Amino acid sequence: MSGPSPSMFTPAAQDMAGKLGLKKGRANLEEFADTLQALAEADRNIVIVTSDSRGSGKLAPFGKALPAQIVEVGIAEQNLVGITAGLAACGKKSFGVSPSCFLTARSLEQIKNDICYSNVPATLIGISSGVSYGALGSTHHSLHDLAVLRAINNITIVVPADNFETREAIRAAARATRPFFVRFGKAAMYHLHPQDAKFEVGKAITLREGHDVAFIATGETVIHALLAAGHLAHQGVSARVVSLHTVKPLDTEAILRAGRECRALITVEEHMVNGGLGEACASTLLQAGVSVPFHIAGIPDEDTITGAQADIFRHYGISMEGLGEQAMRLLKKP
Amino acid sequence: MNDRELALKAVALRKRMLQLIFNAGAGHTGGGLSCLDILNVLYNRVLHISPETIADPHRDHYVQSKGHCVEALYTVLADRGYFPDADLDTVGHYQSKYVGHPTRKIPGIEMNTGALGHGLPICLGMALAAKMDGASHRVFTLLGDGELAEGSNWEAAMAAAHYKLDNLVAILDHNTLQITGHTRDVMSNEPIDEKFRAFGWAVRVVNGHNYAELTRALSDPSEPGKPLFVIANTVKGKGVSFMENVGKWHHGVPTEQELGQALAGLDVFEAELEETVV
Repeated sequence: MSGPSPSMFTPAAQDMAGKLGLKKGRANLEEFADTLQALAEADRNIVIVTSDSRGSGKLAPFGKALPAQIVEVGIAEQNLVGITAGLAACGKKSFGVSPSCFLTARSLEQIKNDICYSNVPATLIGISSGVSYGALGSTHHSLHDLAVLRAINNITIVVPADNFETREAIRAAARATRPFFVRFGKAAMYHLHPQDAKFEVGKAITLREGHDVAFIATGETVIHALLAAGHLAHQGVSARVVSLHTVKPLDTEAILRAGRECRALITVEEHMVNGGLGEACASTLLQAGVSVPFHIAGIPDEDTITGAQADIFRHYGISMEGLGEQAMRLLKKP
Repeated sequence: MNDRELALKAVALRKRMLQLIFNAGAGHTGGGLSCLDILNVLYNRVLHISPETIADPHRDHYVQSKGHCVEALYTVLADRGYFPDADLDTVGHYQSKYVGHPTRKIPGIEMNTGALGHGLPICLGMALAAKMDGASHRVFTLLGDGELAEGSNWEAAMAAAHYKLDNLVAILDHNTLQITGHTRDVMSNEPIDEKFRAFGWAVRVVNGHNYAELTRALSDPSEPGKPLFVIANTVKGKGVSFMENVGKWHHGVPTEQELGQALAGLDVFEAELEETVV
């Protein structure tokens, strides 16, 4: 890769982040690596398994500090998941770490059978998920991972939005007694939560109250929804922002409340619009008899446009401007 | 248990397994019969596990990678007292916990298997865990020869040698038949011994129906620093003359008449065994 990477945020969006008092943090990937290393130093039963992915996973320091707690399997993701399952079945708190694109596609059967069906307390970490690898193309995108894992029984799916959610998700995974999946990207994130925020798996966090439109967003798209809410406020539109970090099990109460209390609802995800957060919310609303103007912001079912992660987000309207315009369109519907 | 007692037990297990498959109306008859002697030796001579010690973290572990031959495993486990024999009559029935492939819901079963190519990587993780804990127990898996076409086995074969897992034993039920026909015609995999040696494994080749050979191959420790691959040459359908080496019995279910014929044949064999001088 060459050339400067375009910014994820337009000058106006950066300006809005400043107005909202948001501070830049670091990549969720770095937060994950440090959190897991701290946990593993305290609990020698924690073992990580990598598939030539310790560099991409920022786990080289872990490997140096705790060499007895890292298993390298080479470029062999099926083996990675099988080994992670076997370790968990024998009392290890195992974390299989690999790019989400390979982890959840090539080794899906191992995830389904060895981990979920066998019900072992293993955690899988999908690094550089969504379109983090941007211009590398669809081989390296994981726009399917939430859909395929949602369709498998017995796995918790967490997609953290910022460093706080990442830290808490990894701690929750280390405590979990059942299969757990966490996915995140490698771009620096804004801090979205106050110091005293509480994190509970399966409980969405409302970052901003509002009643005209609700954004229910997950993972690294939440920031864009929050900026859009700030942008919309200047146009007299009150927008709610919900960080739905746990995609499974779903916080149906938060979704239904948003659908009942707001005039329009937009879901936002770094995932294909098929089978992800948006369709999960739509299904929840429809089955509860809640009808609301609704839009799924995500990557459409087409050849994904070439570009960096920021280009792809902007192209498909996952940006302050794009989500703001989408909200206005939805609210103007008869 | 001496070889003669083990042989008598094998006859009883074969009869019970055929009855089970007949009751269930489904099952993998041919492969169950080919691996039954291996399971008989494992559970009655080799594995350091019992219903009482199944929760001991340092028990030997057995994962049946060729999960479709669960009927043989159920039969052996019931005989060893992991669950009541009567449970075998519920296999595959509505709301029974006895599914047509192994699951951890059944006492004595370590992992849910059935999709092929999964047992070896799982056992690799188990063997690594034992090494990390400084434990001396061993981890065993049973593979089918058709199953070797699954690429995940070769990922694990490479990694097991890399990690010098001499506490890992993979047994091949080498009956040379798979659902479509002869393995050599479907996807040739020979020479299996040379392949595993080249991957860095210790390899032993035995008659998979000979108790002394199986016992020695499975009990003797592997070469230091090498995982052990035991090629057990077996006969698909072993013990029932009209099923031996006949492809249709891969998952063929006997009719009532065929069951009677099979049991009668096994009765004759049993009577002959009982008459042999100890």
